[in-house]
Amino acid sequence: MMAPFFKFGLFGDNLGLVVAFAVGIGMGFFLERAGFNSARKLAAQFYFTDMTVFKVMFTAIVTAMLGVYWLSVLGIMDLSMVYLTPTFLAPQIVGGLILGFGFVIGGYCPGTACVGIATGRIDALVLFFGIFAGIFGFGEVFPLVSGFYNATPMGQLTLPQVTGLPYGLLVFAVVLMALGGFYGAEWVEKKMAARKVEA
Amino acid sequence: METRSAQPYWNPYVAGVGLGLVLLASFVVMGRGLGASGAVASTITAGLNAVAPAHVAGNPAFAEYLKDGTSPLKDWLVFEVLGVFVGGYLSGMLAHRVKKVVEKGPRITTNRRLTYAFIGGILMGVGAKLGRGCTSGQALTGGALLNAGSWAFMIMIFAGAYALAYFMRRQWQ
Repeated sequence: MMAPFFKFGLFGDNLGLVVAFAVGIGMGFFLERAGFNSARKLAAQFYFTDMTVFKVMFTAIVTAMLGVYWLSVLGIMDLSMVYLTPTFLAPQIVGGLILGFGFVIGGYCPGTACVGIATGRIDALVLFFGIFAGIFGFGEVFPLVSGFYNATPMGQLTLPQVTGLPYGLLVFAVVLMALGGFYGAEWVEKKMAARKVEA
Repeated sequence: METRSAQPYWNPYVAGVGLGLVLLASFVVMGRGLGASGAVASTITAGLNAVAPAHVAGNPAFAEYLKDGTSPLKDWLVFEVLGVFVGGYLSGMLAHRVKKVVEKGPRITTNRRLTYAFIGGILMGVGAKLGRGCTSGQALTGGALLNAGSWAFMIMIFAGAYALAYFMRRQWQ
């Protein structure tokens, strides 16, 4: 057992910031390679004409999930030391819905807006200012909404805990679901491309 | 550079494996995942703290981003997001995709598109605060950790976007 390295004290906060910068470079690089600097490509997900958002997101989730699972099963990584955001179900459901509205209206999410700005997209820059306004505004009215923000606290909660199913079985189920999703995504893209030719 | 035409994007599954390995590396090295919206909150807190420190200290929505004895900008996510800008630029530059342009469909004016982008950004900021993260910090990071709240959040992102897609079609198609 030696990972996560930082939590085992292999290096300190300042070197951690260097790691942060390096991780960010990797993240920005692959987001741009996927085409996530383009709002039109991102938004096409919601018209079934280009399912890249789903494909990239679930390939990334499955890759990292399998890595985390095997490193933890093999005793290399202590999963309990990896930070898990606590679940607050009601505000997260409403927050996801609002973020989804913002995604199809604005065309980027916060991370993809950064690579959009980096490659010259003016709309991404404007959207980024909007995020500042949204977070600032939320902070200013926070005393009014803090009740809902802290509603339905469920602590650190994982799907294995919710379902009572073994971790490995759920990992396997997510892999199957993703593969089914990829098959469906390829199918619907072909279908929509054929429809466009007819029209 | 303008004479070279933009190269096509990578196969989404290849880019997805790359992004997943970056996320995995972050788990293994740091014990935490990716993020984006948190860096904006830290930046706002740093700005507010410079002009109205009492206001920040009295509001838990900002105070949680304060650090003992150092700037809120000396933060993991702030450095990570700076990296995202650099990585995105490097990838775009190498593939000749850096171009000053407004992304929009042919049936909408630039002003209207930028208005929608700003409104979308506001909703994004509010949604990320309520959800305690955005697509990177919750959907991607929490998704890979099988975090229950993250999966609920992620499903709702898709539900919300698909629900409004019909009304937004003139902007994109």
